[in-house]
Amino acid sequence: MTFPSIVQYCLSGITVGSVYAIVAIGFNIIYSATGVINFAQGEFLILGAMSAISFNEFVPLPLAIPLAVIVTAIVGGLLELLLIRPARNATILRLIVITIGASIVMREAMLHVWGDMGRSLPHFSGTEISTFSIFGGQASPQVLWVLGTCAVIVAALTLFFRYTHAGRAMRACADDRMAARLSGIPAQRMVTFSFMLSAAVGALAGCVISPITQTQYDMGAPLAIKGFTVAILGGLGNSMGAVAAGLLLGLIEAFTVSQIPVAYKEAVSIVVLLLILVFRPGGLFTRKEIAELRTA
Amino acid sequence: MIDLAVGKEDLMRWLWIGAVGVCVLSLALAMSGCGKKTTTEGKEPIKVGAIFAVTGGASTLGGPEKKTVEMLVEKINNSGGILGRKIELIVMDSGTEPKKAESAAQQLIDEKKVLAIIGPSTSGDTVPVKALCEKNKTILISCAAAEAIVNPVGKYVFKTPQNDSDAGRWILQTLQKRKLVKVGVIAGNDGFGTEGRKQLAKLAPDYGITIAISEAYDSKTPDLPNVVAKLKGQDVQAVINWSVVPAQALVAGAMKQGGLNVPLYQSHGFGNPAYVKLGGAATEGTIFPAGRLLVAEGLDDANLQKALLVQYKKDYESRYGEDVSTFGGHAYDAVLLLTQAIEKAGSTDSEKVRDALENLKGVVGTAGVFNMSPTDHCGLNMDAFVLQTVKDGKFALCKQD
Repeated sequence: MTFPSIVQYCLSGITVGSVYAIVAIGFNIIYSATGVINFAQGEFLILGAMSAISFNEFVPLPLAIPLAVIVTAIVGGLLELLLIRPARNATILRLIVITIGASIVMREAMLHVWGDMGRSLPHFSGTEISTFSIFGGQASPQVLWVLGTCAVIVAALTLFFRYTHAGRAMRACADDRMAARLSGIPAQRMVTFSFMLSAAVGALAGCVISPITQTQYDMGAPLAIKGFTVAILGGLGNSMGAVAAGLLLGLIEAFTVSQIPVAYKEAVSIVVLLLILVFRPGGLFTRKEIAELRTA
Repeated sequence: MIDLAVGKEDLMRWLWIGAVGVCVLSLALAMSGCGKKTTTEGKEPIKVGAIFAVTGGASTLGGPEKKTVEMLVEKINNSGGILGRKIELIVMDSGTEPKKAESAAQQLIDEKKVLAIIGPSTSGDTVPVKALCEKNKTILISCAAAEAIVNPVGKYVFKTPQNDSDAGRWILQTLQKRKLVKVGVIAGNDGFGTEGRKQLAKLAPDYGITIAISEAYDSKTPDLPNVVAKLKGQDVQAVINWSVVPAQALVAGAMKQGGLNVPLYQSHGFGNPAYVKLGGAATEGTIFPAGRLLVAEGLDDANLQKALLVQYKKDYESRYGEDVSTFGGHAYDAVLLLTQAIEKAGSTDSEKVRDALENLKGVVGTAGVFNMSPTDHCGLNMDAFVLQTVKDGKFALCKQD
């Protein structure tokens, strides 16, 4: 393999990996607050991107995206209020099944509203033909937007969960709901808030990746499965780990498909997921002792 | 006592069933009476069935097909019908499911006793319906493209879209002329894409073209950056993309952004203005073969199809407020062929109409000029396609070299 082509594989890996990473971050927020994996996360992405595309017909992009994020956050909050809260005494497994049901309902609703045609937001800077080059390889400037957005979200979430009262309260709820409630934390409200935050992050992710992947009503599930794989790879609840794992998986896939047909790409990520689940169930970036303590 | 009670209940149930049955029967009689009353005004209408994928995965095909047929039949009926008789159109939705298409066809044949069936929209839906129509000796004019529909020839089965392999021949012939002999083939991972890759691999040696790499990509996951990196590594001189999945709109952009600056050739599956809008500036210069409907206004006035195409486009777009598509055109052609055959046969006897249909020559439709024969139930050749390109965000005729 020549040097320029190695660079090109790296760049294509980073392009794809950045998409995985930003999808994975959303999974971590609800997990951090409730211990639930939200399988409607992919639909939040599509809902965000689709509403941004619709808003963008009337208002400029910098306004359309925040509007879409707000709309999606409200839907996320309603989802919790209407479906999760009435089943609050249910097991984690039942809650996860509820999120799967919600994802199906959202997908069908989006089919009715936006149809089955693919759409996409315009590139944030430049057009479909703008590129930047490094070491003889080319990639879309949109990749930089995705990576930049990842960095901002991760930094903001880290600060939020570590240093703000609300963030710490959310973590306390995930750890032990009863103890949190006894110390005066409004646990239910925290869970609602985590769904809204997660939907908002999902919507933002959906918007930045839309020019790269385009947006279609039923794309949520395949993206969510990739994001879920990456979230596990990076260690559930660890946003920085998710970004690193996303880029890593993107690169692994890019170099594997350089040798085998692209059609086998899905198999690569499934194999990686299985290896992680068997050998390092806590994720790549979690210390083994901590993982054992968590499961204990 | 108990026995008697059960007996009583049973009796009551039978009475109920009997009463309901009588009601239904008398209702049906009344309705058939009504039907006869309206038809006594003129002659009985000619019943034509249609099965389209109005919903489901292929709704972008079935929707325009249904609208086109309804518009056309209304027009024919308003101008006096055929042989002095009106057409009664019965449209059924296949939901893009072969099983549903099959039961719809069964219903049209057994209950509605239609003269002919138009559709289904997709090749998958057509396969079971073909067998059914052959068995029941009902004329079928499919709007799906696969060559398997008319090869082997079924006595009662016809189709209106151009042959996929002719699109492949157009692309390969152009590549050969332009001396682009080392190409990469990429395709969507569905039936259309898989079939296209097979066809191209089979035809390429005839034109002296080497396919250096052949890949399928998924519509729903971001595969294209990887595919482009791979194509770049093979130093291909051109790329052929054979796809109907929405991700095909992104191929041109992914190539430009990955720094793969070679000409892009697409299949006729690209022939939808929505893909150009979605793909943006990157699609400029894409070359693809397709029917003339997309470039109707740009045709020479001498072109046989021009008047018909411009008229259809105007009628459709003013009535439905959406862009006309080649798929609706396939349904247009099906109605056109059927009505011409009925007129030529001078009767609605199924066998006579079939014979007339099989021998129609020089019928100008939206897809091309149809010349049917007992061995060719499609009747179109390579000339039905014309090479097109994207210029200033619109489809335009591509200059021949």
